[in-house]
Amino acid sequence: MSQQISVRIDGQLCTATEGQTIFQVAQANGRYIPSLCHMEGLSSAGSCRLCLVEVQGIGRLLPACTTPVRSGMSVTTNSEDIAHNRLMALELLFSERNHICAVCVSNGHCELQDLAQTLGLNHVRFPYNYPRLPVDVSHPRFVLDHNRCILCTRCVRVCDEIEGAHVWDVAGRGINSRLVSDLDRPWGESQSCTSCGKCVQVCPTGALVEKGRAVEEMTKRNAVVTQLAAKRETHL
Amino acid sequence: MRTIVIDPVTRIEGHAKITIHLDADGYVADTAFHVTQLRGFEKFTEGRPFYEMPAITARICGICPISHLLASVKACDAIMSVRIPPTATKLRELLHCGQIVQSHALSFFHLSAPDLLLGFDSDPARRNVIGVIEDHPELAKEGIALRKFGQQVIEGLAKERIHPSWTVPGGVNAPLDRAVRDRILAGLPEAKAIAMRTMGFFKGVVDQFKEEIASFGTAPTMYAGMVDEGGNLQLYNGKVRFVDAAGNIVVDQMEAADYARYIGEAAVPYSYLKAPYFKPLGFPEGIYRVGPLARLNVATRCGTPAADVEFEEYHQRYGRVVESSFHFHYARLIEIIYALERMETLLNDPSILDRHVRAEAGVNALEGVGIAEAPRGILIHHYKVNEEGAITWANLIIATGHNNLAISRSIDQVARHFIDGKKMKEGMINRVSAVVRAYDPCLSCSTHAANQFPLEIRLLDADGSLLESVRN
Repeated sequence: MSQQISVRIDGQLCTATEGQTIFQVAQANGRYIPSLCHMEGLSSAGSCRLCLVEVQGIGRLLPACTTPVRSGMSVTTNSEDIAHNRLMALELLFSERNHICAVCVSNGHCELQDLAQTLGLNHVRFPYNYPRLPVDVSHPRFVLDHNRCILCTRCVRVCDEIEGAHVWDVAGRGINSRLVSDLDRPWGESQSCTSCGKCVQVCPTGALVEKGRAVEEMTKRNAVVTQLAAKRETHL
Repeated sequence: MRTIVIDPVTRIEGHAKITIHLDADGYVADTAFHVTQLRGFEKFTEGRPFYEMPAITARICGICPISHLLASVKACDAIMSVRIPPTATKLRELLHCGQIVQSHALSFFHLSAPDLLLGFDSDPARRNVIGVIEDHPELAKEGIALRKFGQQVIEGLAKERIHPSWTVPGGVNAPLDRAVRDRILAGLPEAKAIAMRTMGFFKGVVDQFKEEIASFGTAPTMYAGMVDEGGNLQLYNGKVRFVDAAGNIVVDQMEAADYARYIGEAAVPYSYLKAPYFKPLGFPEGIYRVGPLARLNVATRCGTPAADVEFEEYHQRYGRVVESSFHFHYARLIEIIYALERMETLLNDPSILDRHVRAEAGVNALEGVGIAEAPRGILIHHYKVNEEGAITWANLIIATGHNNLAISRSIDQVARHFIDGKKMKEGMINRVSAVVRAYDPCLSCSTHAANQFPLEIRLLDADGSLLESVRN
């Protein structure tokens, strides 16, 4: 059995199990840490950088979703420096692609939009990149709009880890990174896609959506995926 | 030669500029109407899924987004090849009646009333809606209330006053709530009373404007507007009819998909706004007008009792074909009454509460055209898609576009009649702006633009250097 350890989160002494992440322990103890790429039931990627926290004795911020707790660790989940960095990470996400909330099918049901409101983002200090990006409408039931993708890779992980199809990957480097299906074929021509729609349900924005949903109509049910993952654990 | 530049034209929706060239004797030699913005919607929507078009194209305008939504969803219905549920058709028309009321009220009370009530030659510093509120508080209050009622109809049905997401390809995305129906019905009598009082007031003062009526765009043109099979005025669900300058029907019950057979678009070098023309007559002979004046020249009758009484009187006063663009104002008031009466009829139809309001389908045709009667006239959305539903091409002909040629000619006529280069007066220039205002052009469009910018008149000499600049 895994060993029980003690850590301090925002000064509060918490009991944790060895192997748990800071994010999990913080959540279990009622501390809010924002996140866009993390999802219960999937592995962690640490790609969105919104869950950055301070760990005493370490000179840089660490992502809570990929950092395991250690005995005696002391974590701060919110400070001026953390808030500054989280806001900057969020601004960079907005400036990188074309997030036009007003005409988005996910307007009002978007985790990126919700988080911007929660963190008080009311303007972006960086110049918008305005990339010219395609919309893949080749799938009969779903649409991939690169303009709204934040490269959180939830879709990559859910397809690989839960559905077992591994349709999605990220191609390219840095700012040119793009989500690709079946090693860069149109989604509609994918031979591995089972059309299960899990990627659509976990996508935090309007990047992966159901076809035919008009503006503001795309609501997602990502709790289903977490439940599926939990049931599978029990079964195994 | 001297040049007068009116830039920007105030109290209109959007941005425009007028250039007036004067000859050596100070007489008007030439005029030009420039629309100074390029929006690019037809280009940047390429690649988007077609069902996103209503929301995107609604952003063309903050005043008549409903009209864009309706033309767009009709084009999308055509791409899906569906016949939408009858209740959805009624709800869309009801929504559009709210749009017509609020937009016409805005045009009449907020934008044009300062000219009509305070006078074309009155102090420009006071010649605005604030001046109207000071001098005619009751009328101003009623105007604001009438516009608010139209906005509340839209909000009640569609949940948002501007850019709602309720109208979707295939119908609307939620049925009408009984409480909302009752609320609108309760507000209707007061709205109708305001409309009738305003009508009475306007008829009382209209004869003071004989000179303007005689010179505000009286040149004969064709007219285009939507009617039903019986020739009744229609704002959402009819087909387009063209009549000639004498009122004879030239084209009737035009199918939306056939618009390109009758309407051509010419590009003019001095404006970003294209100039549509009636194709069989060619450019520029195929000049036609759209909007309230045209609709009442095209329709045989309105089809609702109170509006038809006014319709009769209007045509008795000014003839079967009313030519002066000044009477856009009069026609607008009749249409407000018509829209309020249509609302009443639609809301009292028990099937308006039916729960089946949306048809579902994918891409069943690679092309679709939707036409609605926007407050300012015929609005055409034409899309082509690939088999997966992505837009490959789009063409939008905005109501004001149809009037482009007519507005240009009206400006010319008014400038020639009123402007005397030897003794320039601000009121002369204001009449040139006022004839543009009569068309209620929606040039870009957003409410916040109106009235914020000062009117600037610049006198330039032959080589373009500034002689004089006047700001109000």
